[in-house]
Amino acid sequence: MALLEFTDKGIYCPPANVYIDPWRPVERALITHGHADHSRWGHKYYLCTESAKPVIRYRLGDVQIQTVRFGEELSHNGVRFSFHPAGHILGSAQIRVEHEGEIWAVSGDYKLENDGLSEPFEPVRCHTFITESTFGLPVYRWQEQREVFEEINSWWRRNKAERKVSLITAYALGKAQRLMRGLDESIGPIFTHGAIENTNQVMRRQGVKLPKAKKVSAKFKKEDYIGGMVIAPPSALNAPWLRKFKPLSIGIASGWMALRGARRRRAADRGFVLSDHADWKGLNEAITATGAERVIVTHGYTNIFTRWLREERGLEAYEAQTEFEGELSEINETEAEGEDS
Amino acid sequence: MKQFANLYTQLDQTTRTNTKVNVLARYFSQAGEEDRLWTVAILSHRRPKRTVNSTLLRTWAAEMAGIPLWLFEESYHVVGDLSEAIALTLPGRQSENEFSLTYWIEYIKSLEKLEEEEKKERITAAWESMNYTERLVFNKLIMGGFRIGVSQKLMVRALSQYTGIDENTLAHRIMGNWDPAETTFEKLILTKDPLEDISKPYPFYLAYALDEEPEELGAPAEWIAERKWDGIRGQLIVRKDELFVWSRGEELVTDKFPEYHPLAELLPNGTVIDGEILPFKEGRPLTFNDLQTRIGRKNLTKSILKKAPVVMMAYDLLEWRGEDIRHYPLHKRRQLLEEMMETQKEQEVLLLSETLSFDNWESLARERKNSREHHSEGLMLKHRDSQYKAGRKKGDWWKWKVDPLAIDAVMIYAQRGHGRRANLFTDFTFAVWDGNTLVPFAKAYSGLTDKEFREITAWVRRNTKERFGPVHSVEPAHVFEIAFEGIRASNRHKSGVALRFPRISRWRKDKPIREANTLEELKGMLRVYEGKV
Repeated sequence: MALLEFTDKGIYCPPANVYIDPWRPVERALITHGHADHSRWGHKYYLCTESAKPVIRYRLGDVQIQTVRFGEELSHNGVRFSFHPAGHILGSAQIRVEHEGEIWAVSGDYKLENDGLSEPFEPVRCHTFITESTFGLPVYRWQEQREVFEEINSWWRRNKAERKVSLITAYALGKAQRLMRGLDESIGPIFTHGAIENTNQVMRRQGVKLPKAKKVSAKFKKEDYIGGMVIAPPSALNAPWLRKFKPLSIGIASGWMALRGARRRRAADRGFVLSDHADWKGLNEAITATGAERVIVTHGYTNIFTRWLREERGLEAYEAQTEFEGELSEINETEAEGEDS
Repeated sequence: MKQFANLYTQLDQTTRTNTKVNVLARYFSQAGEEDRLWTVAILSHRRPKRTVNSTLLRTWAAEMAGIPLWLFEESYHVVGDLSEAIALTLPGRQSENEFSLTYWIEYIKSLEKLEEEEKKERITAAWESMNYTERLVFNKLIMGGFRIGVSQKLMVRALSQYTGIDENTLAHRIMGNWDPAETTFEKLILTKDPLEDISKPYPFYLAYALDEEPEELGAPAEWIAERKWDGIRGQLIVRKDELFVWSRGEELVTDKFPEYHPLAELLPNGTVIDGEILPFKEGRPLTFNDLQTRIGRKNLTKSILKKAPVVMMAYDLLEWRGEDIRHYPLHKRRQLLEEMMETQKEQEVLLLSETLSFDNWESLARERKNSREHHSEGLMLKHRDSQYKAGRKKGDWWKWKVDPLAIDAVMIYAQRGHGRRANLFTDFTFAVWDGNTLVPFAKAYSGLTDKEFREITAWVRRNTKERFGPVHSVEPAHVFEIAFEGIRASNRHKSGVALRFPRISRWRKDKPIREANTLEELKGMLRVYEGKV
């Protein structure tokens, strides 16, 4: 029997009788991070890192959440669990599972670049590594975030000179705050959509330093937004809400913006390639660093990435069906529109 | 090249026409003379001869990136554009270059006679000295297909802004066969061509589709009806004993239709006719498909001319005896046209598109139903007092097309789209029932909303059975109504039929797959459609 199994409810650990990031209601759920496709409704007990808890609490309300510190070891039915930084968003973890000398690691979503907001990624040595492959193609290669922020700020400056409002869409949880911290506040005021403001408040209470931002509301006049930067979730792009901002230049911050087709499909003026997921190089480096001989590939370009690992890197690799979405909802490409936190 | 790559980036970053025109005009004022001419050439779909094939480019790109070819191919399918896929995959540059656009075009041209190994050396050396955008542009120069949201028309606007020369004049000057290597910007763009005034067409007047009942248009007596012929809208000009034929795309196509050439002598000077370039044989129109096959050919052989000869079906008279008469009411222009046609009984290439007499809208509606028998797309309704306007205008002219044919079919394959739809599943293959098997009969890739495309994409991702390269076979589960304009027998297709303009008209979420149509029913349509012809 494998230490972790892919069932129709989620990633299951039989000896401990717990699930990791389950997508159907279960008794005990270990949660890698607070995005909606990983921390879902309806479980009885949740376990996550201390810094992931506030947002999960905010999203799911009055559920039973236990926390664990990074690196702290917990034992359950003889299985040892520990959480290690995944660098994806604040509090995001890879979950290490050890039983009778065998070690597995579930990475959830991850990236290697230190974004200054999430606890930086740490490789976990293991025998079997469960990895995402959201951007598991060699065409995805990220620039350093410093360069991306330079592009965003110079776009903002130009828009301001042309007396336009700038608006960027990003996930309400994680990307939005990372983006805000990369903005040059000297250019103009920052405004936030209500969904993002709510997440900001949760994080500020946690002690995260975020630039000053005003929530978009009826008390502002149209002129107040001119020269400003509005941060909004992707779902806001299709909403009448957008009419408040005129004239407007729209940017989208997402890894998908690396491809011209994806960029052009959306009626955005600019696409900025900024992702909280590992690029091709990052995925490969992370896998090497685990020392794993077996790799299970979940969401993303699973079949291509699996073949690459098997044929070119000589690993035992296979795909697993999950209901994780990676970064898809960030550009409104899932059925679950608006599920962006 | 940096300048041109920068132009590319700027054009790519805006969807606003005015911004594009300004960006392009600024580029024209800054670029060197040779680069300026090459830019005009590229944006009017002229490119250097292809000297390296795309298979080699893929192989070298994969090699340089240190990945297996299959992985490169998979990436390419996702990106949907080969030039872009290569630029995204190659490792960082080794050096920089300051060479011009023209330099790189000459570089590409110089590869023609080289051995494969030498070509490889030169291409990879070029890649090594370029950044992402330069590589993208360079690859596009090699492979052609420079689609960057700049139409020829938009380019002409920018050129006009830069030179101060009127747009129509410029459009004429860049027409026809010219090679940037053999002319100059000065000669081609800035010098007057003695023929340009006499060849000048009028802008076409285009109609909107009728979106209400014809009764809403008022009294039938106010309206003139004629068939909407299924060819290419064209303008035939005779001035100073020269003949010019323009297509609606504002393209000069005189050479493509030698049938019309005798008209230069038969029609009086100062005649401009608006009509339909229509394939026509033995007293009846052929199908659009026949015309299309002919247009695609580079050389017009005797057998092609014999197989698909064309006529000009005249709708309207715009200039008569050198006078622009577009402001005359239609009935008067028609009268002049008909009088002129009386003098043209000796020839068989210029025909009059007859008007249909009708007393009430019901009888016209019946006539519309017979359209397919006449190989026509439906009817045109024109107000008898209407002037000939420029462009698409509402009110006086309406097209009243026949309803498309339609069939309910099951989706069985899906493929990712290209360009702006890359990474979304947008190209589908549809099948109908033959007993208990589903037989594919048509591909369609338009007709759904973006939201529906996203929904079906998410579904395909979860319900793929098998993959054959970019094609995913999926569980037969969804029924779509497929609309099409025509159907003909074909032995190239498994189903035995080929459809014209198939597209998705709606997603039949209400229908179980067992209720999709059958091959027998599809063939029945073929019999009806062909039987009447």
